[in-house]
Amino acid sequence: MTTTNKQRSLVVIQLAGANDPLNTVIPYADGHYYDFRPNVGIPTDQVIPLDGQLGLNPNMAPIKALWDEGKVAIVNGIGYPNPTRSHFRSMDIWHTCEPEKIATEGWLGRVIRDLDPAGQNVITGVNFGRGLPRSMGASGVPVASVGNLETYGLFPDVEEERIRGLCLDAFGKMYGGSIQDAVMDYLGQTGRDALKGADILRTAPEQYSSAVEYAENPIAQSLKNVAQVMTADLGTRIYYTQHGSFDTHGDEVKVHGGLWTQVSGAISDFLADLDEHGRGDDAIVLVWTEFGRRIRDNGTGTDHGSGGTAFIIGNPVNGGFYGQYPSLAERDHLDGDLHWNNDFRSTYSTIADKWLGLDPVPIVNGQFEQWDFVGN
Amino acid sequence: MSNADIALMAHLMRRAGFGATRDELEQLVEQGYENVVENLINPGDPGVMPDDVIRRYHSEMAEMRELNSAGAYWMYRMVTTRNQLEEKLALFWHGLFATGYSKLNQASALVNQINTFRRHSLGSYKTMLVELSKDPAMIIWLDNHDNHHDNINENYGRELLELFSMGVGNYTEDDIKECARAFTGWTLGNVEYMSTRASRDSIWPYSRINWHFNYRDYDHDDGEKTFLGHTGNFNGEDIIDIIVQQEATARFICTRLFQFFAADEVDEAGESVINDMMASYFDSEYEIRSVMRTMFNSDYFRSEEARFARVKGPVELVVGAVRMAGTYQEPTFGADQLARQTMYMGQGIFQPPSVEGWHEGAEWIDSGALVERVNFVGKELGDPGNPGVKAIIDRMARQGQGILSPEEQVAACADLLGPLELSESTATSIREFASEQGPADLRDGSRTEADEQRIANLLRLLTATREYQLA
Repeated sequence: MTTTNKQRSLVVIQLAGANDPLNTVIPYADGHYYDFRPNVGIPTDQVIPLDGQLGLNPNMAPIKALWDEGKVAIVNGIGYPNPTRSHFRSMDIWHTCEPEKIATEGWLGRVIRDLDPAGQNVITGVNFGRGLPRSMGASGVPVASVGNLETYGLFPDVEEERIRGLCLDAFGKMYGGSIQDAVMDYLGQTGRDALKGADILRTAPEQYSSAVEYAENPIAQSLKNVAQVMTADLGTRIYYTQHGSFDTHGDEVKVHGGLWTQVSGAISDFLADLDEHGRGDDAIVLVWTEFGRRIRDNGTGTDHGSGGTAFIIGNPVNGGFYGQYPSLAERDHLDGDLHWNNDFRSTYSTIADKWLGLDPVPIVNGQFEQWDFVGN
Repeated sequence: MSNADIALMAHLMRRAGFGATRDELEQLVEQGYENVVENLINPGDPGVMPDDVIRRYHSEMAEMRELNSAGAYWMYRMVTTRNQLEEKLALFWHGLFATGYSKLNQASALVNQINTFRRHSLGSYKTMLVELSKDPAMIIWLDNHDNHHDNINENYGRELLELFSMGVGNYTEDDIKECARAFTGWTLGNVEYMSTRASRDSIWPYSRINWHFNYRDYDHDDGEKTFLGHTGNFNGEDIIDIIVQQEATARFICTRLFQFFAADEVDEAGESVINDMMASYFDSEYEIRSVMRTMFNSDYFRSEEARFARVKGPVELVVGAVRMAGTYQEPTFGADQLARQTMYMGQGIFQPPSVEGWHEGAEWIDSGALVERVNFVGKELGDPGNPGVKAIIDRMARQGQGILSPEEQVAACADLLGPLELSESTATSIREFASEQGPADLRDGSRTEADEQRIANLLRLLTATREYQLA
């Protein structure tokens, strides 16, 4: 490892809508899979084998290439106690690390606070997408939420460049004056942070050039934006984005396959881009989803289930399988679902501790056994 | 009609509602302040499209089981209603009795809950709490369906006392248990099936069935209970009867109303208004209408110090901007986007972060949310093609000779957007911007698109100020 953890960053990709683990990492050697998936099973000859038991969805060839280079860790059977099949509740649990009570503070918000306790860099955390994911929300932690890096900032609808410039000038002055009032001062500070964040982020695309041509889909463009910010050395450590919808109740084979074509290609291009800029050893990508899907298909798709798969991908990753693949035998099901066997907070703890060098206990709300998918 | 009357009425409408255009304010001032207050607290026909017509012609809102259509529907109600206080209060109750879609997976239950709030908003707080305790969304949200005769679940009993009436420190853990016992048997029809569906499934593939309250006599613990020093074979209504008599309850609800409608922070003068509100609460047998009347008519509320003493919440901000810009009249897909906008700013309708509702005041603002606020409102009020913006420009054209200097433009825009009270540094920055743009000729015949755009640019910049973030 040539980097110090000062430069290390984490890229989080949320597969929104609940990715089907069984059609992602496929237990193709297990007859149960084909028994339970008569309609949405992937035929054995199309599976991309990883070993004699498990293989990838045929649309994940770029992930297979990274797997062969030892850069892909797959955490099978990931979940949490008493799984819920509600998207929103389950997402909240993954965002806040609180399976039992309803909480508001996000685990990445705590990570950002620990990485930059004095709040010196207003873009330590950047979300690519609209609205702040709950993972990143924590009181007093500035986070930029970027819809599109090219147009990010204040007054994007002002077409005339001169007027937009004047608006931005005026905004800086309006939020700069000290007013003897706590709320107005807080508003002023926040406005200046927002302006500063936008000013810094806007420089990223200008400095960037790359031989990598990303595809024209949202996840590829978001990861291109991540690469632009990362290679511009703006001090951002936590990047967040999401893709979906993986809520494949119907037409699953086509929809799910299409989404994974996009995600796999985007991750592969992104890592190639980082390598081109000599930054490939600085980043790991965490891919998570809120829960799995029912083992038995519903005719054209799959309904909500539990027990999922997470991926950690990047040059610094110790590739391989982590966690046991849950048994498909009927007696081992949890209410018709894959029975989870490792807590997602183990994965978070590993990343917080071994990759970012932070005390994981307050971040994930407890002590959890760690994996070895990254070293110290 | 004096400027002071307009400014006071603008203040009332920002607080009791989502703000008003200048034309509306002039009509309201004609009616007189106290008459306007009476009309607000005695709402009539909201003037919105009836639900059955919406379902017939706007299929996107027919499916109220989903979060997006339910959020869109409520945004439509808030943007178009004639009864601004009715919707503002519903928003208040939604924050106070914060119930979230996440655990329900059934947005129509939340739409029904908001309807319950509308029905009982201004009536007796006792009735409100009884209806709340029977509300199916609340029962699932706080697990009262798991509160059984032989095995109590304290969740609802605890929050009823802590978050919905008295606040911590006014009862014991034993009171909570006794309260929970009194609410055993308060559940939903066919609850085993309904709650399993809610916790284990999504709306797919068989969709949802509407919920209704059901009282199971056989699951109710009818034994003797001692609650806050009273002893008897209490049922839920009896407990609520005791709760609403408590001074702590009066103080709690009056303080929450004060903070939502009058000022984020309660100072000494505010305490005295709260005391008057509490007196009205008891004099009227717990009637919220009387409490609201006392607050709105207080000298404190009408004073200049009370103005701009609250940070606008995202829903307030979005609804206010859209009402002023006049961009949205019919229940169409656009409302879905409006509901999403409030979520980007940190207030997803039907998605409170927890049972404690949203953290209000300055906590509404973070750097990401501020960018969303400024950009959304700027787009609404920075477009001269929008009806409300056009109305503002037309009004300005009638001032003086119709040719406005930069300074006159700033003064007129700040006036018509509020009137907004600008700090000297803000006003200076905006006047500099206006000078760069130059004078605007708004006379019929000589007015150009560029003249109109100048005014719209100023409106945009004014809505980007710190001052505009406050109500």
